Amino acid sequence: MKSVLRIACSRKHLQQVRDFVRNYLSSRQLSEVMVNQVVLAVDEVVANFIIHANGEDETQFLDLEMTFDAHSLNVEIADHGDTIFLPAPHQNPDLRDYIRQGRKGGMGMTLVNRLMDRVEFFTRGNHTVCHLSKNVS
Amino acid sequence: MKVTAQPSADTLTLLLDGELDASSAIVLDTELAKPDILNYRKVLIDCAKLSYISSAGLGVFISHLQRFQDANVKLVFFNMQEKVFNVFEILGLDALMTIVPSVTEAEAA
Repeated sequence: MKSVLRIACSRKHLQQVRDFVRNYLSSRQLSEVMVNQVVLAVDEVVANFIIHANGEDETQFLDLEMTFDAHSLNVEIADHGDTIFLPAPHQNPDLRDYIRQGRKGGMGMTLVNRLMDRVEFFTRGNHTVCHLSKNVS
Repeated sequence: MKVTAQPSADTLTLLLDGELDASSAIVLDTELAKPDILNYRKVLIDCAKLSYISSAGLGVFISHLQRFQDANVKLVFFNMQEKVFNVFEILGLDALMTIVPSVTEAEAA
């Protein structure tokens, strides 16, 4: 079963994205923690696309597609903006340093990489696509 | 996301209700940035109705923690749902912040 969602690039749609992911996962017997981990990973990638790749330009949009194969949940998030957005290679943030500096950001992609089994960003034409997958068997 | 402030003598309790994400984090940030919050000895965060937190929500707490520590204001989380605590754990924030099970332990912390 495949499920798709298109949203405009505004952070006010993040709730809609989370509801979409929760609704898709509700057919499976997954723990609340597991569901929340997938919801969080998708929310973080979508927020990055909305805020950093598209500057919250509501004329731009993102497409989400969720599928299950034999053992894994797969999520594709396709950005239709023209800015190629490829996050820097994953680094482990020094949180004590973040606290000292009073930093607000910089943890989102760390979370995504720790929550999902596979995280890939690549280009398709002039656009950026993110694939996430997680073993949920 | 709704934030309700309950002040008492030397303690401010903030009740969080809803989902804390990149859209709603500003509500909490505004509350924690108020200058008079540093007049309290302790700020307790009641997470019973906090059903979701993203890195933007965590970032709000991280960004104010040093300011609180410099002013000797203790920040304590309690009543946290398992799925929310799991997010703190994944980043290792459970070792850097005070998170206790109940209000009794929060008041004693």
